[in-house]
Amino acid sequence: MGILEVKGINKRFGGLQALGDVNLSVQENTVHAIIGPNGAGKSTLLNVLVGKLIPDSGSVMFDGKSVLGLKPFEITQMGISRVFQTPEIFINLTVMENVLIPCFAKRDGAYRLHALESFASEKDMIEQAEKMLEEVNMLDKRHMIASSMSRGDKRRLEMAMCLVQEPRLLLLDEPTAGMARADTENTIQLLKDIRTQRGITMAIIEHDMNVVFSLADRITVLAQGMPLVEDTPDKIKNHPKVREAYLGEAQV
Amino acid sequence: MLGLNSHDLKMFIVIAILTLAAPILLNPFPDASALGESFNAGYPALMQRFVIFGILVIGFNLLFGLTGYLSFGHAAFLGIGSYAAVWMFKLLSYNIVPAILLSVIVAGLVSVVIGYVSLRRSGIYFSILTLAFAQMMYAIAYSDLLGRMFGITVTNGETGLQVYNDDPQILMSAGDPTVPHLFGITMNGSSTWNVGGWSFIFQNGYYLSAIFMIAAFYLSIRIFRSPFGLMLRAIKSNQTRMHYTGLNTKPYMLAAFVISGMYAGLAGGLLSAMDPLTGAERMFWTASGEIVVMSILGGVGTLIGPVLGAGLIKYLENIVSKINDGILHNWFAFMPDWLDNLLVTIIHPFIGKGWHLTLGLLFMAVVIFLPGGLVEGGQRIGRLFRRKKSTDAANGATKPAE
Ligand SMILES: Nc1ncnc2c1ncn2[C@@H]1O[C@H](COP(=O)(O)OP(=O)(O)OP(=O)(O)O)[C@@H](O)[C@H]1O
Ligand SMILES: [Mg+2]
Repeated sequence: MGILEVKGINKRFGGLQALGDVNLSVQENTVHAIIGPNGAGKSTLLNVLVGKLIPDSGSVMFDGKSVLGLKPFEITQMGISRVFQTPEIFINLTVMENVLIPCFAKRDGAYRLHALESFASEKDMIEQAEKMLEEVNMLDKRHMIASSMSRGDKRRLEMAMCLVQEPRLLLLDEPTAGMARADTENTIQLLKDIRTQRGITMAIIEHDMNVVFSLADRITVLAQGMPLVEDTPDKIKNHPKVREAYLGEAQV
Repeated sequence: MLGLNSHDLKMFIVIAILTLAAPILLNPFPDASALGESFNAGYPALMQRFVIFGILVIGFNLLFGLTGYLSFGHAAFLGIGSYAAVWMFKLLSYNIVPAILLSVIVAGLVSVVIGYVSLRRSGIYFSILTLAFAQMMYAIAYSDLLGRMFGITVTNGETGLQVYNDDPQILMSAGDPTVPHLFGITMNGSSTWNVGGWSFIFQNGYYLSAIFMIAAFYLSIRIFRSPFGLMLRAIKSNQTRMHYTGLNTKPYMLAAFVISGMYAGLAGGLLSAMDPLTGAERMFWTASGEIVVMSILGGVGTLIGPVLGAGLIKYLENIVSKINDGILHNWFAFMPDWLDNLLVTIIHPFIGKGWHLTLGLLFMAVVIFLPGGLVEGGQRIGRLFRRKKSTDAANGATKPAE
């Protein structure tokens, strides 16, 4: 039994079958890559996992419990965090505040308001946020307004915001898209560290095959909403169907 | 000190001093002078409005400024607070303590209901819902629908609610003042200090309202700087990310809405305490609009902006609507007649009853040229000065808006 078990998911948008009978099993403490050409339904699948979309049929079990029908914040509280394809951060707040917010959210859950304490004097929260920023190499930028950062930094910030929630499953939607070469290498290293040091399970959508093959333990290939194959990276590299549907196209 | 950082503390102390010294500061010109008659603002009726509307807009800003949810029906809570207070005067006594308590509580309860429903939507739909609620309440108050349903008086319709001699006032004893008072200190009581051509009036009612405003301002600083305030700003900044942060935003939003409604209720209660009668027009949509304008004019989401916005509008309203053609001719007396007449003709539509025209122009100018409101204006001027003082200070590190 994997930590995440997706069975028979179908999702239609009008006449478009965005997901057709998708199965996915992610084992604890592994990195599972989901690849496929544009419009294959990868982001749609993530949207189903985090409760943003309700599938027409199928089941999604996280840690043995169904997440279908739960609100996004409830799913996050269960331990699933998501990095978006276009970074979703608090662009008009400082880097520090961006990381503090998930810290407070984790501590206070839903119903503790803390309306009168000063957040600047919450030592342990600040410490936690600073440690996280240190880890992603952004501590020197903590007073910057998030909107003024490069795209790569915004992604790293979003990753920090997810990690500080200490999720058990981290969903990453093209975490290196739009990053410079060096940033991509840093991100790969960061994700490797996260996995070895924190033991966080990851499902990662990625177009950059370099990233995929240096991180993934297993790969699922989606094409036009259908799961094509699921296997180890070595097998996938040489799979004729995959070369035809996806890799061949990427190598042009 | 007081749980504020040094920057906030300075701002708080400045506001507190300005508020407490307002009866003197707002009377810069001798009373009998032409300037004094036109521009002095240091008389109780006007100063009360400064601080009471200050409270109202500070509260409004806790909702709109922090969360970005624009309530277009906030005057409803002001009206409810006013009615609740007058009812306490009618039923219990002229002591303002129960009146103000009840105005805050009732406004809080009503805002739980209105907030719960309106917050199911965001953006323009939220604004429309709040507007619809407020207009409904205005209609109910104006026709005293509730009263007619039960065959009693609740809002007393178009006449407005006021205290009559045959009202129960069960806690009233023989020697009690027959105007609103705080344990015997009457709200309209005042002492006057005459020096030279000036006479400064220190009114009890003003000082009571001023103390409430200072407290309200203090509370709003605390809320701005709290984890709660941070969460509200996060909701404004990015709802999507907020949903994936594991935090249920609903209770936070509702709490902000209710706190803001209670501020409005307090303001309404104080209005009644200053003058124990009220009518439905206090809830009309233009009153709600005025709150929005005040807060945008001052600087949305800044701590001090709402106070400035409320003060400026109430001040301008007062002087501009007082000016008439006669006063203008006086001012322009030194000019040749044709120029005098021409100027008066041009300005005529903008003064007296035309005050709203002036307000509209002012509002447009601010939104176009100073989207950050008066606070942004102040910051720009501050930066100019600093640049002049030290051209070498090349650090362009601008502080985020207060
Ligand atoms: N909310 C929606 N409503 C209608 N159609 C949608 C919606 N979301 C996605 N689609 C469509 O579903 C298909 C799959 O989209 P999805 O975003 O999941 O692709 P993807 O694999 O993430 O592609 P990319 O690599 O470009 O990010 C696309 O054809 C897209 O246009
Ligand atoms: Mg996608």
